[in-house]
Amino acid sequence: MIRCVTVLAIGLGTPAAAAGDRQSGYEIMGPELRAMQDDEAANPGMLWVTEGAALWVAPEGAANRSCASCHGDAAQSMAGVAARYPAWNEAGQGPIDLTGRIGLCRTRHQGAAALARDSRALVALAAFVTRQSDGLPIAPDPDPRLAATREKGKALFETRMGQLNLACADCHDDAAGGQLAAATIPQGHPTGYPQYRLQWEGMGGLHRRFENCMSGVRAEPFGAGSPEYIALEAFLMSRAAGLPVEAPAVRP
Amino acid sequence: MVAMVNIPETVTAGTVVEVKILISHPMETGFRTGPDGTLVPRNIIPEFRCLYGGEEVFRAEIFPAVAANPFLSFFLRAEQTAEVELLWTDEAGQEHSEARLLTVQ
Repeated sequence: MIRCVTVLAIGLGTPAAAAGDRQSGYEIMGPELRAMQDDEAANPGMLWVTEGAALWVAPEGAANRSCASCHGDAAQSMAGVAARYPAWNEAGQGPIDLTGRIGLCRTRHQGAAALARDSRALVALAAFVTRQSDGLPIAPDPDPRLAATREKGKALFETRMGQLNLACADCHDDAAGGQLAAATIPQGHPTGYPQYRLQWEGMGGLHRRFENCMSGVRAEPFGAGSPEYIALEAFLMSRAAGLPVEAPAVRP
Repeated sequence: MVAMVNIPETVTAGTVVEVKILISHPMETGFRTGPDGTLVPRNIIPEFRCLYGGEEVFRAEIFPAVAANPFLSFFLRAEQTAEVELLWTDEAGQEHSEARLLTVQ
């Protein structure tokens, strides 16, 4: 009986211990996938980064300006930007994520037609901008106006939802390091978005991942770009503060 | 963006060099249905070739099981300074080629 209890305690103890020690999903991938992410020549996310680099200098819209016309060399101007977002949007008086910011820049300053959130061009631009923060520690924006957003995100993270009645925290805090069928449950740190997912055979942002998780627990997804997802993203970035940005990340 | 090619630029004679290429392509299998319920026509890259100094040194047949954005890597022995040409055509009729000069010292 005592032996039984011990086994149970170890069984429950392992994931909890892992949750105390933060790790990127990279750490739990197999050696082949890690090699794919590490080798620039083999990382399919680099296709989007390269596309984004071309879009960065391409003039667009009524203003006939490119991103580079205002921001110059992205290696200088965009270093650390992705590590800091979501940020406060003065014009909209609310929090905004990096993809939303790029979209706003496009419509407001370039006078160009809005791009769909999941369009290849917008994902490529976000991937290129994020690439400039590769290896930098996640450093959430210290603006105090974001505190309420993070609180809301934390509450959402801990709220059970859907027909399976699961909260994000049930898997990514309490059961992280455990198994969901053949997959190891990651801690859910958004270290490498937009990322190349083999499952998607393409690149996608964090909000697309949220949609997957939410439909997985049979909840009604909030929708990419929704205030709920931005709040969740703001909380997750503060939860992952200090972990290095991986751009572009590859995940199964 | 069509492809990312990775070949060393300058090597000594007799070196075995690795050629790596990542191609941006949907590799549509022909088994999937689109939003309107009809089958999306198959569009894969059925054949890939590599010429070194005009001579074929590598050829691959590719099948629908290969995922989108295929990555190919193979080796060749550098014997003379010549162009390495990578050629492929997809089933939608799009022809592509990439060429890199391999300098042998």
